[in-house]
Amino acid sequence: MEKLISKYFVPGKTFWVDEYIAGGGYEAARSVFEKFDAKGLIDEVKKSNLRGLGGAGFPAGMKWSLVPQTTGKPVYLVVNGDEGEPGTFKDKYIFRHAPHLLLEGMMIAAYANNVHKAYIYIRGEYVDEYRTMARALDEAYAKGFLGKKIFGKDFDLEIVLHRGAGAYICGEETGLLESLEGKKGFPRLKPPFPAVVGLFGCPTVINNVETLSYLRFIVERGADWFAKLGSEKNGGLRLFSVSGHVKKPGVYELPLGIPLKEIIYDHAGGIRNDRKLKAVVPGGLSAAILRSDEIEVGMDFDQLRAKGTMAGSAGVMVFDETTCMVSALHVTMRFYAHESCGQCSPCREGTGWVHKILQRIVEGRGRIEDLNNLLDICSFMGGTTICALADGAAMPLRSYPEKFRAEFEDFIRSGKSIVTPKAKELVSHH
Amino acid sequence: MPKLTIDGKEIEVAPGTRIIEAAKKNGSDVPYYCYHPGLSVAGNCRMCLVEVEKMPKLQISCHMTCQDGMVVKTNTEKILKTRQHILEFLLVNHPLDCPVCDQAGECWLQDYYMKHGLYDSRVNEDKLKKKKAYSIGPTVMLDQDRCILCSRCVRFADEISKTHELGIINRGDHSQIEVFPGMELNNPYSGNVVDICPVGALTDKDFRFKKRVWYLRSTDSICSGCSRGCNIQIQYSTERPHHANGERVIRLKPRYNELVNQWWMCDEGRYSYKFHDHNRIEAILRREPHKVTELDWETAISEIAGKIQSAAGKIGVLVSPQLSNEDLWVIRRVFQENLKVKNLLLVSPNAEGFQDDFLIRSDKNPNSKGAEQLGFTYDATALQSLLENCRQGKLEGLIVFGQDLFSVLEANLVEKALKALRWSVMISSNHNLLSESATYVLPAATYAEEEGTFTNFEGRVQKFERALYPLGASLPEWKILVNLSKALGQPVHYEEAGEIFKEMAGKVKAFEGFDFDAVSTGGSDVRTFAAPTIPELEKYDNIL
Repeated sequence: MEKLISKYFVPGKTFWVDEYIAGGGYEAARSVFEKFDAKGLIDEVKKSNLRGLGGAGFPAGMKWSLVPQTTGKPVYLVVNGDEGEPGTFKDKYIFRHAPHLLLEGMMIAAYANNVHKAYIYIRGEYVDEYRTMARALDEAYAKGFLGKKIFGKDFDLEIVLHRGAGAYICGEETGLLESLEGKKGFPRLKPPFPAVVGLFGCPTVINNVETLSYLRFIVERGADWFAKLGSEKNGGLRLFSVSGHVKKPGVYELPLGIPLKEIIYDHAGGIRNDRKLKAVVPGGLSAAILRSDEIEVGMDFDQLRAKGTMAGSAGVMVFDETTCMVSALHVTMRFYAHESCGQCSPCREGTGWVHKILQRIVEGRGRIEDLNNLLDICSFMGGTTICALADGAAMPLRSYPEKFRAEFEDFIRSGKSIVTPKAKELVSHH
Repeated sequence: MPKLTIDGKEIEVAPGTRIIEAAKKNGSDVPYYCYHPGLSVAGNCRMCLVEVEKMPKLQISCHMTCQDGMVVKTNTEKILKTRQHILEFLLVNHPLDCPVCDQAGECWLQDYYMKHGLYDSRVNEDKLKKKKAYSIGPTVMLDQDRCILCSRCVRFADEISKTHELGIINRGDHSQIEVFPGMELNNPYSGNVVDICPVGALTDKDFRFKKRVWYLRSTDSICSGCSRGCNIQIQYSTERPHHANGERVIRLKPRYNELVNQWWMCDEGRYSYKFHDHNRIEAILRREPHKVTELDWETAISEIAGKIQSAAGKIGVLVSPQLSNEDLWVIRRVFQENLKVKNLLLVSPNAEGFQDDFLIRSDKNPNSKGAEQLGFTYDATALQSLLENCRQGKLEGLIVFGQDLFSVLEANLVEKALKALRWSVMISSNHNLLSESATYVLPAATYAEEEGTFTNFEGRVQKFERALYPLGASLPEWKILVNLSKALGQPVHYEEAGEIFKEMAGKVKAFEGFDFDAVSTGGSDVRTFAAPTIPELEKYDNIL
């Protein structure tokens, strides 16, 4: 199968500017000035069915066409490289191996949206990747690909690299904007949406690293070709971050719509120690969990939604039969309790409360009514808040006990895990 | 103008109106914590969720603006259930220390629980402990345990006082309101954060543990702290003298007036109420060498009337911009119209002070404008020559309203002047140096003990209501003068302040057409006049 982004994922290697150019790099960005006007480029991206690959899956071309160009204010491009969704590590690979692929994508997006200043918001923990990006930026400036009159065309583009400080919520696009403006990462009320009122109050395009990195190939080889790579309305390929109990964890670039089963068994080599599969989280921690009998599903935004879960960030986390689902949910909810920004009452109090209940359960002091309480709390946490963090927390919180009810009940009755009797000791006490 | 339906009732609102405001107007009560009409929208409490047709999720009505054709529901089963759960979330870590909380009785958690909550607790977990009851500034205590993180105080410090002392630190349920390192909440408007805090997180040091709020009564009034005339409520209690050391006035709260002070008042004004209960003159006194006698009103009034008559116009009268328009009007009638007193001077008891571009005015008197419109003017030269005339024995007596001449003027000049006079009368609510040396000391009511009007610096006439009965023997100044006028044989007839106002409204251009009761809420229109405008009195306006 053809690889686009992942052909750069050579272990231990970064494609610096000369090597990147030697492989045809920056030709797409250079040619885009002749091939398209801005509107034509947006139409091309619309036709490619490129979706927002950060997790929401919003059609990229559509997003661009919502940006008003006549406000008299500058339009900004912001790259969301916060990559905080547990189970997701694809952007890290792009930063590390193909920094220029991202920069080229940014140039194309900048041209389409008439952007002259762009920001890369990179996850704070990605220290090496930050250095890589910083060097790549220096290279691009030195070559005249960035700055005034890029490629000698009448088009300026400045790119600013900004490190986050480690909060999950700063991956939420408006939380990211607040953070980028120097404030606390509190997601904003919408509307207005960032396309209209974004960074510093100006129209802003926010795209994920991976979304932008595919632009070069769309410009090079055409929207139709790209659209055909994927499934209906889900154009192209996608980087799946596969982790957990598989033989070959890693980042796999595969067509959208590929069955989950194929990813696990054909690409990731099947389950570790040839154990039985128990459950899969298909799209990052905030996606509802799937049981082993639900893995025929095609991995695109629409098919997964139909199954009651989501494609999300394509972080595939595989749990084998030795996994205690109660402990898994406990650590999951600890994450959300820790990362809730604390703005909205249902999320702030709900995530913390749920974590305490689960803490009590894994310590063997659960009560059978806790289960229904958890589900009830869950139903009022989701859908009542400013951003989607609470909805993200509600997905596992509902799906784990619903799909593994018997296991949860057994754990509560016996005070210990039926799967791994030592689960109680595995849980660190926070 | 968008037209929408809220709970089956159609309403037309101005473009940009929030659903929560439209709902209120339409008679649908939507509960909220973080929303405040004077602050930006935070949308974080999630209490005001409503159903909007064609929208799958519940929407916060504080953020969503009304659109034409919208169909909104505010009391469906789903909404009521969600409200219950939002309250449940807010109470997960709330300490429920209502019995020792000053906010109890005016707490929005309590109120909404009684209206929308009413569930049994199912919280089996330990509550998070945060910092309790610590000082964050000269006026305010913070109890992070009780805080529901609505962020109203933070937004107040950012948007209204613009002093930026407060922020939210930490994340998730560990979030807490905190003053920034090295700062304290010490801006001139700090007390307002207590008013807007819907729960007991921010409490007023001045009010803490003084009185349970359900013992308080409230009367609309006007702050007398400066010439802004902020609309306030006097909150008082007279039935439990064993509380708060017997003080009757317990606290002042701002009262909404869009044109004057919106929702706010300054700390200077807020804590300026102590004089109603402290250091009051309660008895009528006559001072002779080595002897002070307590008199009744009749005796005092007839003695003073006798002295005034025998002085045959050789008296001086000093009035104060702390007096109400009604007092000032009767002063004019009695002293200027009837007695033809020439030495009638306006003296400010307060030095000019701090002023900012928000509420606080440098003129620390509530009624300078009213005094000006009623024909009284400040004249420093005239005041000096009046004192000089006293000293030279050209005047027999001096009648002083309110002020302590010793603190306003040079003390030794005042002393010499008083010594040279045959007699002096001090009409005042509170003791000061002058009340320790005047021949007659007459107790006057404070503005909380009478009704009347002040005219603020813009020329807005605003009425204050009577909250309390005058303390001891004290009487409103105009009443003292009415009695005095009778004893002088040139009676003026007023039974209540409203009659005086009515007369002014008929005779003084600045009050023309105003109605005493109509200026009680919101005040009058603004009228500005450059000079005294009482034609029939102008002939008396040459002072010395």
